[in-house]
Amino acid sequence: MSLTGTAVALLQVVLTIAAAPFLVGVMRLIRARLEGRVGPPIVQPWRDLRKLLGKDRMVSDNTGWVFSIAPLVLLASATLVAGIVPFLSTKSALDQVGDLFAVVYLLLLGTVFLSLAGLDAGTAFGGMGSSRAMTITAIAEPTVLVAIFALSVSTGSSNLGSIVAATLAHPATAASPESLLAFAALAVVTIAETGRIPVDNPNTHLELTMIHEAMVLEYSGPDLALIELAAHLRLVVFLGLLSNLFVPWGIATTAQPLQLLGAAVAVAVKIVVLAAVIAIVEVFMAKVRLFRVPELLAASFVLAFLAVTASFFLA
Amino acid sequence: MVGVALGIAAIAATLAMAAGCVLPERARVVWVGILTAASATAGGVAGIAVLAGSARFTANYPDLLPLGGIRIEFDALSAIFTVAAALVAVPASIYGIGYGLHGPSSRPVQVAYPLLVWSLMMVPAAGNVTGLVVLWELMAISSLILVLAEHQHNPEARTAAQWYAVVTHLSLLAIVVALLILAHGAGGESFAAMRSGAGRLGPGVTSVVFLLALLGFGAKAGVVPVHVWLPRAHPEAPSHVSALMSGAMVKLGIYGVVRVGWDLLGGGPGWWGAVVLIVGLASAMFGILHALLASDLKRLLAYSTTENVGLIFIGIGAAGLFASTGNRPLAAVALAAALLHVINHAAFKGLLFLGAGSIHSATGTRDLDSLGGLARRMPVTAATFAVGALAIAALPPLNGFVSEWLLLQSLVHSLPSKAVAVAVAMPVAVAVVALVGGLVAATFVKAFGTAFLAMPRSVEAEQAHESPRTMQIGLVALAGMCVALALAPTVLAEPLRRATVAVAGLSSGRPIHTNGVYLQLSGIQAGLSPLLLATGLGVMMVVALAVVRRRRVHHTVRDIPAWGCGRTLQTARMEYTATSFAEPLQRVFDDVLHPEIDVDVDHRTESRHYIEAIRYRRQTRDAFEQRLYLPLLGVVRRAGDAARRVQNGSIHRYLTFSLITLIVVLIAAR
Amino acid sequence: MAVPRVVSTRFGAGGEKHRHKPEHDRERAAVLNLVRKIIRVGRVTEPHDADPAPLEGVVAATADRLHGSVQVRQVDAGSCNGCEAEFSAAFGPVYDVERFGVRLVASPRHADVLVVTGPVTKNMAEPLVKTFEATPGPKLVIALGDCARNCGVFAGGYGVAGAVADIVPVDIEVPGCPPSPDAIVAALRQIAGR
Ligand code: SF4
Repeated sequence: MSLTGTAVALLQVVLTIAAAPFLVGVMRLIRARLEGRVGPPIVQPWRDLRKLLGKDRMVSDNTGWVFSIAPLVLLASATLVAGIVPFLSTKSALDQVGDLFAVVYLLLLGTVFLSLAGLDAGTAFGGMGSSRAMTITAIAEPTVLVAIFALSVSTGSSNLGSIVAATLAHPATAASPESLLAFAALAVVTIAETGRIPVDNPNTHLELTMIHEAMVLEYSGPDLALIELAAHLRLVVFLGLLSNLFVPWGIATTAQPLQLLGAAVAVAVKIVVLAAVIAIVEVFMAKVRLFRVPELLAASFVLAFLAVTASFFLA
Repeated sequence: MVGVALGIAAIAATLAMAAGCVLPERARVVWVGILTAASATAGGVAGIAVLAGSARFTANYPDLLPLGGIRIEFDALSAIFTVAAALVAVPASIYGIGYGLHGPSSRPVQVAYPLLVWSLMMVPAAGNVTGLVVLWELMAISSLILVLAEHQHNPEARTAAQWYAVVTHLSLLAIVVALLILAHGAGGESFAAMRSGAGRLGPGVTSVVFLLALLGFGAKAGVVPVHVWLPRAHPEAPSHVSALMSGAMVKLGIYGVVRVGWDLLGGGPGWWGAVVLIVGLASAMFGILHALLASDLKRLLAYSTTENVGLIFIGIGAAGLFASTGNRPLAAVALAAALLHVINHAAFKGLLFLGAGSIHSATGTRDLDSLGGLARRMPVTAATFAVGALAIAALPPLNGFVSEWLLLQSLVHSLPSKAVAVAVAMPVAVAVVALVGGLVAATFVKAFGTAFLAMPRSVEAEQAHESPRTMQIGLVALAGMCVALALAPTVLAEPLRRATVAVAGLSSGRPIHTNGVYLQLSGIQAGLSPLLLATGLGVMMVVALAVVRRRRVHHTVRDIPAWGCGRTLQTARMEYTATSFAEPLQRVFDDVLHPEIDVDVDHRTESRHYIEAIRYRRQTRDAFEQRLYLPLLGVVRRAGDAARRVQNGSIHRYLTFSLITLIVVLIAAR
Repeated sequence: MAVPRVVSTRFGAGGEKHRHKPEHDRERAAVLNLVRKIIRVGRVTEPHDADPAPLEGVVAATADRLHGSVQVRQVDAGSCNGCEAEFSAAFGPVYDVERFGVRLVASPRHADVLVVTGPVTKNMAEPLVKTFEATPGPKLVIALGDCARNCGVFAGGYGVAGAVADIVPVDIEVPGCPPSPDAIVAALRQIAGR
């Protein structure tokens, strides 16, 4: 583990944490503008977090240690992933610590703890949210891993740094059928895992339609701040993965400050573009019924499977 | 060294059996526990010594039994399975002390237990057919006695034991036939002779031997479609025995398949691997879907054993496929993944069964739908069960993740390959492993969440107390193993190399490299460091905690009711149950599982518009049992009925039979 | 999946006529209509006054600790729904109170401000208290509408337990039957400080 590598990883973590709430602010703003409203300022999510840190932390008598550590585990797993995913440079120190599979399972770790916390409150809606979240995560898993399979076939490694480096070396692979199919598959999973429309509605107030919100109904104050920040981080991580795995240009291949700065700008632009697309599409869509979500995920699985098959038969 | 350790193991086991025979009840339980733990420790030491580099141990006792006598051949492959058995047996024996003092302490049980532990450790060490068959049978009989341990209060145990006895003996038949054909063709019944002489068998004969062995050993491993005994027998045994059965005994089926198929026979055509792979995929899917819907905790764990054995079979099958296409290094990785999972599964499944036992002895029930709130009543059980649940869900940084990662790596790096079979099979395999992984997470969120969290759903759960100290020691030891196995890749790389090299038909070279912290694979550009992942997670959690607690502005309000949407009454009846938790996934997999759902609505007498009560019942029957075994049993029964007409107890009829026979013989002999 | 699906629903014979267009055509037309509308309408939010009137005393101190982020949980304690209609208008495009950092949330655990409407009926008194207790401090309560302030037209009703202030402590009152969205926005802006 080199010193510069560690520095790069730390820088990534700090920058993603700083930027994640702004990204949510941008998405809310875009949505507001399309609805004919002025919308909240983009620092609003940060203001919300700051306020939550100063509010009372309420712990109900049903709950135990799971409820208390779940926000910490959720945030820790998301931050660790933010250090592993190559946002700025392929030279992150954490690159050998975990590959794409590790990233997927780390994110699953967060989901599992949040679901347990939902059950820990002992309310009907908490359990409902947990059950639904685990359902969707379980069905999304094949798509994710098969899409990773497709990516690693053409590069010979499931290591994030290697995949990015390989795409940089052979730009044509970015437009290959398997790459495009895998992108589409992962895009659907991103929507599902970050709880966006049409799978989940982050703005809903109706408990019966909730997934993510239902699990966190019992959290307040600083715990809620951790969960919200983690949710924002996961959004950035997923979008960053999508953008840098498939369109890696701009990423630094060394650890020079100037290159890192360029990389930060590049990845920010890519993520904001993706986020804007999601925000715009959400205006035109409604949430689908819960039992239609498996169909959506099955379709994304077919795409991922085609991606692997294409990498074999078209190679 | 190895010989001495194995000797001590045998002596300690004998003493334990003697103690079980002669001592009075309380002392019996204590001494059997201690001596069995000692025996298992000695066996474990022998295994570790071989894995750490001692030469393999062979011994011959030609006069011990008729036929070929008993031969011991203890190599690194055997050692993996012996260590896995010892890993569960030591904590389970200590746990058994506390468990037995309140439960099964009768003489037969206390004698059978040390015998089971010892035979579990020694089956992999057998070096000839006679030895294997004798030890195998000792293991089968002793475990059968233990399944029957609680038959007086539990009629289910009797049915379970019947199924178990029949399947286990039919499988023994298949194994014996397979080994006899092999021994006959190879010209010797010692493993060494079979290994060198296997080449003399024709390809058709070797395939028959392989398939018979797969059938026989597969039944012990509990793979589809010969799994039916497993979800019946494992839950009915006392919990520390269930831990041994799921953690160690099923592994011997896996051992048999690897030993016979890829060591004694030296590997075969690619379809051997494909068959094992398909069996593994089917078992993994089938096992986890049933575990997902189960609300009996021990049944859930038993089905999950079928699923984990499925994952191990996937690794072995993939290794066979890769080896047949000439990709030996990758085959070694797949095999290493499978063997590592053998050990890991022993640790976490043993832990989970012991946890289930603690719950059972504290509340008297295994039904998740009437548990709840145990986390604050049984903190040690809760914490250790959580470790086991996270480990089995393959979540980093625990041990299940490391073997799942290895397995995925070996599957994913099979492409590009020229073999179409590999190209078709591997994406399917990855998809199944992924789906199974997701469903395992859901299953164990359900199991842990409904058993330990929130409010108790019954009086028994409300009044539960933490189990005795000895039981806690067993739980903590196994939880510690789950953590240690995950964080110490250095320790594992070399033993796994030795073990894979012992399987001549699959492997060569070194599958895993390590520089102390990182785990790296040969020929594959991928790394993992569970240790650093764990450190990273820990550091981030501490930082997050520091940031949250730094601002002393807020204060914590405790002991308030949960937010129940303003409802006046917030009771455990409003909680999600295990059944309701699994409902969405049950709908998704409706077409596969065909659960039977009964909804009874009682109306008030005054008007049909007012409802008195609604009852919902869901039951998932085992499709194999319904479609394959019950019809088969029906045929057997009808045959028996027909035979009864011939043999009706009338002396006249028997005399007539004798007369007819005599006449026939006379005519024939003329 | 064994989920019953409604393939098509027909209301009488006349329904037949409208179903000649294939589904995706209709969908595309709907999306295009929406795009056209978004472009044509643009922004409809009215410009806002300079600064909200400052709060005083304890209420001001509490509002300060919210740092311009106001999460609102609305409790209908027995209103005629007139107040709700105006309240939701405050979050619509014209008044857009969200631009001042106000957001609706789904649980009192997430909320800073409870907006209570209507006279508190006997059945809603306990849920209201529970909601108040479930809200983490620092928190504020707004009594919205005349009913909430003094039971309004329902005063003396057999099912009425009292005004909001009789059940939970009220910090800010917004008069009117129903209050105009302007007044609601003004009250929320006071708390947000923007
Ligand atoms: S104040 Fe007027 S509008 Fe509001 S609830 Fe009362 S009667 Fe209805």
